[in-house]
Amino acid sequence: MVLVLALGDLHIPHRAPDLPAKFKSMLVPGKIQHIICTGNLCIKQEVHDYLKSLCPDMHVTRGEYDEDARYPETKTLTIGQFKLGLCHGHQVIPWGDLDSLAMLQRQLDVDILVTGHTHQFKAYKHEGGVVINPGSATGAYSSITYDVNPSFVLMDIDGLRVVVYVYELIDGEVKVDKIDFKKTATAHSAH
Amino acid sequence: MISDGIEDEEKWLAEGIAGLQHNAFYMHRALDSNNHRDSLKYSAQMLSELRTSRLSPHKYYELYMRAFDELRKLEMFFNEETKRGCSIIDLYELVQHAGNILPRLYLLCTVGSVYIKSKEAPAKDILKDLVEMCKGIQHPVRGLFLRSYLSQVSRDKLPDIGSEYEGDADTVMDAVEFVLQNFTEMNKLWVRMQHQGPVREKEKREKERSELRDLVGKNLHVLSQIEGVDLDMYKDTVLPRVLEQVVNCKDELAQYYLMDCIIQVFPDEYHLQTLETLLGACPQLQSTVDIKTVLSQLMDRLSNYAASSAEVLPEFLQVEAFTKLSNAIGKVIEAQVDMPAVGAITLYVSLLTFTLRVHPDRLDYVDQVLGACVKKLSGKARLEDGKATKQIVALLSAPLEKYNDIVTALELSNYPRVMDYLDNATNKVMAVVIIQSIMKNNTYISTSDKVEALFELIKGLIKDLDGSPVDELDEEDFKEEQNSVARLIHMLYNDDPEEMLKIICTVRKHILTGGPKRLPFTVPPLIFSALKLVRQLQGQDGDVVGEDVPATPKKIFQLLHQTIEALSSVPAPELALRLYLQCAEAANDCDLEPVAYEFFTQAFILYEEEIADSKAQVTAIHLIIGTLQRMNIFGVENRDTLTHKATGYSAKLLKKPDQCRAVYACSHLFWVDDQDGMKDGERVILCLKRALRIANAAQQMANVTRGSNGPVTLFVEILNKYLYFFEKGNPQIYSAAIQDLVELIKTEMQGDMATPDPSANAFFASSLRYIQFQKQKGGIMGEKYESIKV
Repeated sequence: MVLVLALGDLHIPHRAPDLPAKFKSMLVPGKIQHIICTGNLCIKQEVHDYLKSLCPDMHVTRGEYDEDARYPETKTLTIGQFKLGLCHGHQVIPWGDLDSLAMLQRQLDVDILVTGHTHQFKAYKHEGGVVINPGSATGAYSSITYDVNPSFVLMDIDGLRVVVYVYELIDGEVKVDKIDFKKTATAHSAH
Repeated sequence: MISDGIEDEEKWLAEGIAGLQHNAFYMHRALDSNNHRDSLKYSAQMLSELRTSRLSPHKYYELYMRAFDELRKLEMFFNEETKRGCSIIDLYELVQHAGNILPRLYLLCTVGSVYIKSKEAPAKDILKDLVEMCKGIQHPVRGLFLRSYLSQVSRDKLPDIGSEYEGDADTVMDAVEFVLQNFTEMNKLWVRMQHQGPVREKEKREKERSELRDLVGKNLHVLSQIEGVDLDMYKDTVLPRVLEQVVNCKDELAQYYLMDCIIQVFPDEYHLQTLETLLGACPQLQSTVDIKTVLSQLMDRLSNYAASSAEVLPEFLQVEAFTKLSNAIGKVIEAQVDMPAVGAITLYVSLLTFTLRVHPDRLDYVDQVLGACVKKLSGKARLEDGKATKQIVALLSAPLEKYNDIVTALELSNYPRVMDYLDNATNKVMAVVIIQSIMKNNTYISTSDKVEALFELIKGLIKDLDGSPVDELDEEDFKEEQNSVARLIHMLYNDDPEEMLKIICTVRKHILTGGPKRLPFTVPPLIFSALKLVRQLQGQDGDVVGEDVPATPKKIFQLLHQTIEALSSVPAPELALRLYLQCAEAANDCDLEPVAYEFFTQAFILYEEEIADSKAQVTAIHLIIGTLQRMNIFGVENRDTLTHKATGYSAKLLKKPDQCRAVYACSHLFWVDDQDGMKDGERVILCLKRALRIANAAQQMANVTRGSNGPVTLFVEILNKYLYFFEKGNPQIYSAAIQDLVELIKTEMQGDMATPDPSANAFFASSLRYIQFQKQKGGIMGEKYESIKV
C-alpha cells in the first residue's frame, strides 16, 4: 500500500493566503510516501518547503505562475506497477480537453496522468489509462472554473489496483469520495 | 582606617569564634552544675565577642549565629529551671548585673523570652520593656543583630488572637506596636549606616547595607503573619506607620527595599483597598528611588490577582484602581524629569497589562494608556534605544494578543501614534506581528476605513519610509515580508460590492506607493481580489438600478488595466501578460468585447516588445493561444486579427520544434467544440499542414547540422492532432492523410535504427494502440477508422 498525495494550483499568495486549516490538520508528515504537485504553488519558501516537510519524495512540475522557474515541464515516475505522468496542463491546448490530455498521456506513455490548471477535480478513465486533476488545494480563483472548492487527491496504489480518494472542502466540511481503477496487466512490447 | 583586607577579617572572626567557644564551654560547665551565677557570667563573656566593630556584616553574622545557638541552649536550661520553681523575676534581675550593655541586653532578651513563657507577667509588658531597652545600642550593625535576636525569640510569643499569650482585649494592638517599634528602630539604625565612614567607601557601605536588609524586612513579614492584623488594622495602623517611617527616613536604599517589601509581603486585596495611601507615598520618596520598578511590581501583582479569579474584578472597579494607578504613574513621570524613555514605557506596559486583565472591555482606558505614552514620547526624536523599542513592541502587542482581533486594536486612536515613534526596523517588526495576528485568527477586515487604518499601521512594509531606500534587508527576508502583505490582501473582504470596491481602491492606493521592488508581490493578489468581485457582479447585471452605481465590471476593468500597467515600472512583462490574459477572460465572461480586445492588445504588445527570452516566449504564446481559444465574445474581424497575430508569432519562435508545437496548438483556434462554436475545418488543416512543413524542415536541419535525425516525436504529435480533428468530424481530414502520416513516421523510425528514440517509439506505439482500440470500438468510430491500417 503506497500513498501518493496529488495536489496543485495553490496560488499562494497570489490568489489564496494559505491551505485550508482543515486540510492542514489532515496532512501530517510520515503518512505519505510520495507527493506529486501539478504546479502553481507559487512561492518556494512557504509552500514548497512545507510540502517537502510532509514527505521528502516530492515532485513538482512548472505552473505558469511558479516562482521557481526551474521546475520541469513534465515528469514521469514509476510507483509500484504504475507509471505516473505529471504536467501542469497550461501547455495542453485546449485547456481541460480530455482528448488533448489523452495525447499527452500517450506521449509520456503513462498509466496515470495527473494535470491541473483548470482548478476542477476530475478523474477520467479511458482506454489508455486514467487522467486525474486534483483541482486546487486552496480553492483559488480560476478563469476557467467558477465556484472552486478546495480539493486534493490521495492515491492508494496496491499492486495492479489504485484507489483514488478525492477530498473536497464544501461549505466548511471535508467530503471524501473514491474511485477505483484496475490496470490490466497488458504486455507492452517495445518496438 | 583602611581595612587590611579579607585575611585580617578572617583572623578576627576566627579569634572571635575561639573566644566565644571558650566561654561557651565554661558556661555549659556552669549549667551542668546548676550554677546560675557562673553560667550568666560566662555567657556574658561569651557575648562580649559580639561587641566587636571589626567585622563586616557578613562575618559578624557568622559570629552571631554561633552565639545564637548557645543562647538557645541557655534559654532551654532556664525554661526547665523555672518549671522547677526557680524565680524568673530573680533571674531577670540577675542578668541586669552584666557589665557591658550588649551582653546584658542579649541576656535580658533571652530571659525575657523565658519570662513570657512562664506567663508570670503579661507578654505585652515584657516586650515593651525589651524593645525600649534595646535603644541602648546605637551602633548600626550591633543594634540590628540585637534587635533581630529580639524579633526571633519573640516571634512565637506575640499576644496575637488565638495565641496562648493573648491577654485581655486589644493585645493584638500591643503585638503590632511592639513589632512596629522594633521595625522603626531597626530602620533608623540601618539608615544610619549610610552616613558612617568616609565618602569614598560609600559603595562598600551600600553593599554591606544590602546584606542586612532582610533583617529589617523581616519585621514586615512578622506583621503580615499576625492573625489579628486584618484589613482594618492594616489600613488604619500598620500601613500608615510603616509608610511614615519609609518616607521620613529619606534614604534611597531603604525606601526602595521597603516599598518592594510591603508589596510582596502583604496580600493583594489589602493593596487594592489601600491603593490611595500606598500610591500617595510614592511622590514623597527620594527622587533617586527607582519608583517605576516598584510601581511595575505592584501592577504586576495586581494583574495576577485579577487574573486569578473573576470574582475579584468588581473590587477593582469599586476602588477605581485604574484611575488611581494611572494618576500615580503620571505624577511619578512628571516628577522624575530625567527618567529615560525605557523606564516610562515599562511603566506603561505594566499599566496596560493591568488594564487588559482588569478592564478588557474598556477600550477607552486602553487608549488612555497609549495616549499617555505618546505624550511622554512626544517632543523626542525616534527612539534609538533597543530596550525602549522592545518595550514599545510589548506595549503594542499586548492588545493584539488580548483581543485576538486587529479590528479592536484599530479602534484605539493612539495606537498608530505610538507606532510612529518606532524606528523603521522595529516598525516593520511590529507590522509583521500585526499581520501574523490577523492570519492566525482568520480575521477579515471588512470596511475600507479599517483597511485604511490598517495600512497606515503597516506602512513600513508597504513603502519606503522617510524617503530613504529599502534598507540593506536580506532578500529572503524582504520576500517573506512582502509575501505576508500579499496574503494579508486576501483577508480584506466584504460581501457588499460597493464596500468591496472601496476596499480594493484603498489597497490599490497604498500598494502603488510601494515602488518597483514591491509591486510584483502586491499587485497580483489585488488583481485577483478584483476579478473575484467582477465575477460576483456578473450575475447581478440585470438588477442595477440608477446610473451612478460605482461598482460595475466595466469600472473595475478600468482599475485593473491601470493597476497592471504599473508593473511596467518594475518591469515585469511576463507577470503583466498573464494578468492581462486573466482580465481578458473575465471580460469575455462579462460580454464586454472591446474590453477583452483591449486586454489582448496589451498582452500582445508586451509579447512583442518586452518578452525576449525564447523560453518565456514559448510559454507566453501558449497562454495567449489557450486564452484566445476560449474566447467566444469576439466578432469575426476581431477574432481574425487576434488569431492571425497568434499564428504569426507561433511561426516566428526561435526553435523549430517550438514553432511546430505552437502552430499546431493554433489549430484549435479554429475549432471550438461546443454547439455554436466555430468549426473552420479548412483553417485547421492549414495549421496542421504548416506544422508538418516545419517538422520536415526541422528534420532536414538536424540532418545537415548534426548528421542525425530530427525530432520524430513532432510527427507523432501532429499525427495525434490529425486523429483529434478526424474524430471531431473535420471534413478536411481524410483517412488517407492519416495513413500517409503513419507510413511517414514508420519510415523515419526505420531510418533511425542506428539511434532510436525510445520515448518517440513508445509514443508512436501507444498512438497505434489507440487507433487499434478505436477501430475495435465498432459503431461510428469503428467505421471512421476502418480504412486506416496500422
